[in-house]
Amino acid sequence: MTETDAQTPVLSVRDLVVDFPLRRGNFRALHGVSFDIAPGEVLGVVGESGAGKSMTGAAVIGLLTPPGRITSGEVYLQGQRIDQLPEAEMVKLRGKRIGMVMQDPLTSLNPLFTVGQQLIETIRQHLPLSEAEARARAVSLLEEAGIPRAAERIDSYPHQFSGGMRQRVVIALAIAADPELVIADEPTSALDVSVQAQVIKVLKKLCESRGAAIMLITHDMGVIAQIADRILVMNAGRIVESGPVGQVIRHPREPYTIKLIDSIPTLNRESEAPVPAEAATPESAQDAYVRVENLTRDFSLGGGGSFFGRLFGGKDKIFRAVNDVSFSIRRGETYGLVGESGSGKSTCAKMIAGLIPPSSGRIFVDGADVWSAEGAASRRRNVQMIFQDPYASLNPRWRVGSIVAEPIKALKLTSNRSEIEDRVADLLRKVRLDPVAMRKYPHEFSGGQRQRIAIARALSTQPAFIVCDEPTSALDVSVQAQVLDLMSGLQEEYGLTYLLISHNLAVIRQMANDVGVMRQGVLEESGPVDEIFDHPKAEYTRMLLDAVPDLDKVA
Amino acid sequence: MLAFILRRLLQSLIVMLAVAFIAFLMFRFVGDPVEGMMGVDARLADREALRDRLGLNDPFYMQFWTFVKNAARGEFGISYRLQQPVTQLILSRLPATIELAVVSASLALIVGVTLGVFTAIHGRLPPSSRETLTALAAIILPALALWFLGRGLLWSFGAAALIFVSTAFWAKSFFSQAVMAVSLVGVSLPTFLIGIGLIFVFAVELKLLPSFGRGQTVELWKGWSTGFLTKSGLLSLILPAVTLSLFQMTLIMRLVRAEMQEVLRSDYIRFARARGLPESTINFRHALKNTMVPVITITGLQLGSIIAFAIITETVFNWPGVGSLFVNSVQAVDVPVMAAYLLFVALVFVVINLIVDLLYYLVDPRLRVDGRSGRA
Amino acid sequence: MTEAPPPEAPVEAAAPARGFWARFWDSDVFWSYRHNPVAVVSSLVALTLILAAVFAPWIAPHDPFNPATLQLMDGFTPPGEAAMSGTVYRFGTDDQGRDLLSTILYGSRVSLFVGFAATLFSMTLGVSLGLFAGYRGGLADTIIMRVADVQLSFPAILIALLIFGVAQGVIPPNKQESMAIWVLILAIGLANWAQFARTVRGAAMVERQKDYVSAARIMGVPGPAIAFKHVLPNVLGPVLVIATISLALAIIEEATLSYLGVGVPPTQPSLGTLIRIGQRFLFSGEWWILFFPALMLILLALSVNLLGDWLRDALNPKLRQ
Repeated sequence: MTETDAQTPVLSVRDLVVDFPLRRGNFRALHGVSFDIAPGEVLGVVGESGAGKSMTGAAVIGLLTPPGRITSGEVYLQGQRIDQLPEAEMVKLRGKRIGMVMQDPLTSLNPLFTVGQQLIETIRQHLPLSEAEARARAVSLLEEAGIPRAAERIDSYPHQFSGGMRQRVVIALAIAADPELVIADEPTSALDVSVQAQVIKVLKKLCESRGAAIMLITHDMGVIAQIADRILVMNAGRIVESGPVGQVIRHPREPYTIKLIDSIPTLNRESEAPVPAEAATPESAQDAYVRVENLTRDFSLGGGGSFFGRLFGGKDKIFRAVNDVSFSIRRGETYGLVGESGSGKSTCAKMIAGLIPPSSGRIFVDGADVWSAEGAASRRRNVQMIFQDPYASLNPRWRVGSIVAEPIKALKLTSNRSEIEDRVADLLRKVRLDPVAMRKYPHEFSGGQRQRIAIARALSTQPAFIVCDEPTSALDVSVQAQVLDLMSGLQEEYGLTYLLISHNLAVIRQMANDVGVMRQGVLEESGPVDEIFDHPKAEYTRMLLDAVPDLDKVA
Repeated sequence: MLAFILRRLLQSLIVMLAVAFIAFLMFRFVGDPVEGMMGVDARLADREALRDRLGLNDPFYMQFWTFVKNAARGEFGISYRLQQPVTQLILSRLPATIELAVVSASLALIVGVTLGVFTAIHGRLPPSSRETLTALAAIILPALALWFLGRGLLWSFGAAALIFVSTAFWAKSFFSQAVMAVSLVGVSLPTFLIGIGLIFVFAVELKLLPSFGRGQTVELWKGWSTGFLTKSGLLSLILPAVTLSLFQMTLIMRLVRAEMQEVLRSDYIRFARARGLPESTINFRHALKNTMVPVITITGLQLGSIIAFAIITETVFNWPGVGSLFVNSVQAVDVPVMAAYLLFVALVFVVINLIVDLLYYLVDPRLRVDGRSGRA
Repeated sequence: MTEAPPPEAPVEAAAPARGFWARFWDSDVFWSYRHNPVAVVSSLVALTLILAAVFAPWIAPHDPFNPATLQLMDGFTPPGEAAMSGTVYRFGTDDQGRDLLSTILYGSRVSLFVGFAATLFSMTLGVSLGLFAGYRGGLADTIIMRVADVQLSFPAILIALLIFGVAQGVIPPNKQESMAIWVLILAIGLANWAQFARTVRGAAMVERQKDYVSAARIMGVPGPAIAFKHVLPNVLGPVLVIATISLALAIIEEATLSYLGVGVPPTQPSLGTLIRIGQRFLFSGEWWILFFPALMLILLALSVNLLGDWLRDALNPKLRQ
């Protein structure tokens, strides 16, 4: 730590150790963490999942989930020791002197109370105000947080707000009593990219105007680059490196930090990054390996949830998830489909892979309509899919060997046991796993390894076309890069065609030749990646690109 | 709102028709209605006349329609066993069952919800061994002392029970743990054994309370006889009501506890803590209200089934209600009574379901559609 | 693999795959069993009672249904005292001089048989219907689950009584006695299937959404194969919990029906029948005729229930540490 500030730090943590006494012995979540936060400072705490960054925040505010507990170390708030305070004293601190913003705005507000009720009870808990005064303060807080028509909206229930708006309410709640420190635990990771930036701005503005310091916990380097003054890199319960943001990002000293920063894909294509195989000449649409024509899909929204509601159903409301989408992919190339959650990109993927039938429109793979009777047979062999969550895409009760062999057996490619075993071993080697893995169960593997098992399964029928639905978004950044490398290696080797669905523009830029931008079921624009990313035509694409933080612009 | 109620009413009607169809099938095809009503030695001509009068020669759907029409007017034919109109039979026994059910339901609801909330709040941490030992000693020692002093079982048990209840104030996690353990034993005990046990202790050994019948009754209005107004009536009610409520009480308690613990683990409760709200506000303002949403449905249905559960209790205590009538009818294959009873229970179920739906609607703002226009 | 992607060192090659018993011993469920005295004791009690019932003909001191061995003058002998004939009955005798210990052992045989058979029946029915409804969805799902919902709102005992009543009306009187026990199994089984169906259906709906099912569908694995090979193994945990609790329920329901006088015929008394008989002597002071069958019933139901309760917690991932 380079700061030698004369002021007392708002928060000072010394040698914090947090233990979880578990069945298989003690699990030490934090191994002696020390840091300071100066008044008004924004400290970004970054690290991969399991690094102990959320744990640090929870320990400071005294909300560790049992059986976790602080074993040793000290926590000082404005010089006053708080880690040993009795619960009754700690309650008075929370909200009043330390505010907190949690990750998921959909679940952090009580659904049965209006936003106003929750604000007013918090304000009156900490400040000696009357009901009317508290209400006035609540309205002005909401206004400051950027909620339009705050005076009317204050009597709405949380479910009547969108995700981004709810997170603004949560921020308003956290600073309702002017705390000296706000702990924000992944405040934007549950939000769409387009609102992330605004919410971060609101958080920064509200804390700045009150002089509150922020401890910003996130896995997203971009968010840190955007607002933090200082950065704290954590790994496996220890602090790896700390310093001013610009310095750490541009000149990281520790190997872990270097790896972390390197593995963040950026929008600017680096020279050494694998360039997607370019098609020699622009071919006409007839030569496209995959062709999607006017694809449309409607969903009906069912009736209520009570007994009778389920018995007879309410009136059907139609929701158009995918609206008249057309594009094509050339053999051996990658087409990227980007969009926020709910834009219909995953629904597209499911229709192309043969999981849900389209309401109208057609899909051709290798010239055959995949939803026709003949096309379905060749689709099963030629089209495979890789899913987002590697924890859900492998049956936990099956051995890895049976999982990888399932397509071989299902398509009756061979029924010879030893031949199947040889092929599975070969596939596992292809995704750089030891063939011994085939006798184990999925839970014995990490997320990245599981995703490689899923890739091995997809490869087992020797398909020509693989639909990849957010293949890396559930993985840590460092693992993400490995999986992407593996995917491009395989593409080069076997001439695979990919449809890559992602909300991460950087991943698309790195992997895809062509890209389509989807919004509310409509394909806003489509074309070569470089053209779209460098000269976006659609307003929406520009907004998406602007929302991506650029590490190079860090001061 | 009006459309909501109307839709629910229509749906209830369909459920009732479905149950009526089952009742009709039973009535029509289990045994021979004519034989049941007239006995074996009736003359052939009389039988044919009755067949005609009952409409048994009509086409199938007409018979069902007649059955529904009669049922709607409260006519279910004549009991094979007692040769009396079924409706009259059921009505004369209804007050006994309803009084028993209402008292037990209130008991189960009040005690069950209170204990459920208490054990959810105080049962998060297991009691320390010191707390357990102190509490156990405080319960057992006075009881043993009284036993040695020759005051007898009643005094020992009474004292132990009193001290046990008082642990709710000074050894809270012990009390909630103990209540949970007792409730688990409670679910494993068949209702009839609880009844027999209570009879043994309070009627046979202590001779404090009557063990059968409903004591003296007073006729209130149009054949509604009540046991609430006489001393013997009230005393007779105690044991059956406790027996009937115990099972529902344990169920409600465990349900409330489970739901509340689920709520207490949720993000918004964690956030409420982070906002610095005191524990009492979190437990009783936030968690309790959210717990009530799922609890209302299941509790409502549980209480509805108390009427049907009364079958066992009424048999054990010779309680002259609809339940014991039903058991006797099953033994004698008295189909009209069985069919009528089925429809009666279904009616109770449908009415309670309606009430539950309305309550749900009132408690949970997410179900009210009014605020949709204001979505930000 | 000498081609383009440079082969990294294969990952975590060291740990060999472990055998079934090693995994079982180390599994979270078995660990929780070993560290839960209530579970250990109740499983031992349940096992003892079940074995005693199964081997009743070999371990019971008397055959209560052989009139030749009955000593009418030994009637009403209190437990542990010498009877008129000089024999000491550990649990006493009933009004007809039958040894209570033997009667209880034979009685719990009937209770357990009905309990297990009914549970097996409701499990088979409920799991198949639940799996079908959950995997298939649509109209089949709506109909099956609505029936289950309506049935679940009525107490099982009422359903069982109705089914029993109907069966009695349908079966000719001369066959009623021999078929009574099967009717009982049918009635209790039909009364309990809904819980299985609802749980399996709920779990199947969750599993159906998972990507491994999507993966199987993409490669063209037919629906029933997915339901049985993928979904079923993943819903077995909850099924096991319900089966255990359902066994306790079925035993209690059988006892209740027999107590109400509509269950097994008096020639084949179950625990419920014995309690019904014993209640007659409650006021006259022969408490043991009621007490021992009741105790046996409570022990049986309680130990199975405690086991089910432990199993539910042990298999609940939310409570796992």
